[in-house]
Amino acid sequence: MQVSMTVNGEEVTREIEGRLLLVHFLRDVLGLTGTHWGCDTSNCGTCVVWVDEKPVKSCTMLAAMAGGHEVRTVEGLAQNGELDPVQRGFMECHGLQCGFCTPGMMMTARALLNENPDPSPDEIREAISGQICRCTGYATIVRSVRWAAAYEADRAEAPAATTTGGAP
Amino acid sequence: MQVPAPFEYERATSVDHAIGLLERLGSSARLVAGGHSLLPMMKLRLANFEYLIDINDLHDELGYVEVRHDEIRIGALTRHRELLESDELAEAFPIFRDAEKVIADPVVRNWGTLGGSLCQADPSEDLSAVCTTVGARCVIRGRDGERVVSMTEFHRGPYETAVGDDEILTEIRFPVRGGGGSAFEKVERRAGDWAVVSAGAAVWLDADGRIADARVGLAAVGPNTTGLPEISAALTGRDPSEELYDEAGRLAAQGCRPDTDMRGSEEYKRHLAGELTKRALRRSVERARERG
Repeated sequence: MQVSMTVNGEEVTREIEGRLLLVHFLRDVLGLTGTHWGCDTSNCGTCVVWVDEKPVKSCTMLAAMAGGHEVRTVEGLAQNGELDPVQRGFMECHGLQCGFCTPGMMMTARALLNENPDPSPDEIREAISGQICRCTGYATIVRSVRWAAAYEADRAEAPAATTTGGAP
Repeated sequence: MQVPAPFEYERATSVDHAIGLLERLGSSARLVAGGHSLLPMMKLRLANFEYLIDINDLHDELGYVEVRHDEIRIGALTRHRELLESDELAEAFPIFRDAEKVIADPVVRNWGTLGGSLCQADPSEDLSAVCTTVGARCVIRGRDGERVVSMTEFHRGPYETAVGDDEILTEIRFPVRGGGGSAFEKVERRAGDWAVVSAGAAVWLDADGRIADARVGLAAVGPNTTGLPEISAALTGRDPSEELYDEAGRLAAQGCRPDTDMRGSEEYKRHLAGELTKRALRRSVERARERG
């Protein structure tokens, strides 16, 4: 069957099998290997991407179901060559060690900040509660998301100021 | 790599279209909504279908929470997140928000649906217990029109429901009465897991503060959600008290049918059924009083 969707702003059309999962469509058909594929049982959350701006576990969604929708992956987080504040936060606060859970964590974190620009540590923990990290113990992930929130708050206050530094 | 066995994928453009496809394809076809229960089962070959009919495009038709003065109607394609976020629903029946906070995780809740949860008929499924608690009736539509069944009639055993091969669950409905309070309690092994045991309660108080009606629904302690009419009988007409909650807890522990499995022993689950029933009733009464 044929499926068409928008991936990171680009229209793509491919011939696929009905049973192809979205995660494999992204990784194997489109070559977007930033989205990771882990437990295959919708528990670990490393495969989280957005469908119409809502995070979804792409190992538990058919590529066909995403047809006609807008998909965004971790490759689509940076804009115009500039890392998203969430990505910078993960760098600044050591939000990753092995990096396996990171794409899913960052997609969920970005979606959270879009809805709630100033989440508490508890709200961050709730948002990522369906995602597993075996390195960090989550503390630095929470800190990374807080860093991004503070950075964006600063930038909103002083839009004309330079965007280097400025975060806690 | 886990992938489902091959199948043909179709998209329904309306409820009638979905029913037409189901009629033509029979038991070889299955509806898929969120897919968060069905796809994992298909990956494990616990379920195999030649056709999957995607009904996600029917959200306009089947995704809604309608709170009327005497009845609430919820479309089968309403997503967990929508149930969680509905203030109107939480005001009338806080049991839904209680439950939705502990069903799976926020990402899964973005996609999973009420109808999918009920039709999956997993013995540990929390919304089924909620629906039993509130006395929900399920609207099932086929070519010849609608029929409405109780939760007891809806579930026919683990993973089996009253929905025929050529039918679709479209809605659940339950009555709104004055003086009500409700609550949901769950024990799980880790965040987002299936329940070891969960218990819902709904209580309606009369003008004198006595229990006019009380209902309890349990999950994970029987082949399907467990309604406990003996608790309703024991509580009706009585004044709420700790002793009364104890009595209800004893009835719940005795009346359920848990099995020992990886989530816990039969004895532990009976203990939980009793304790969670007490807590849910206590909180329901508090909420009914707060609302006056």
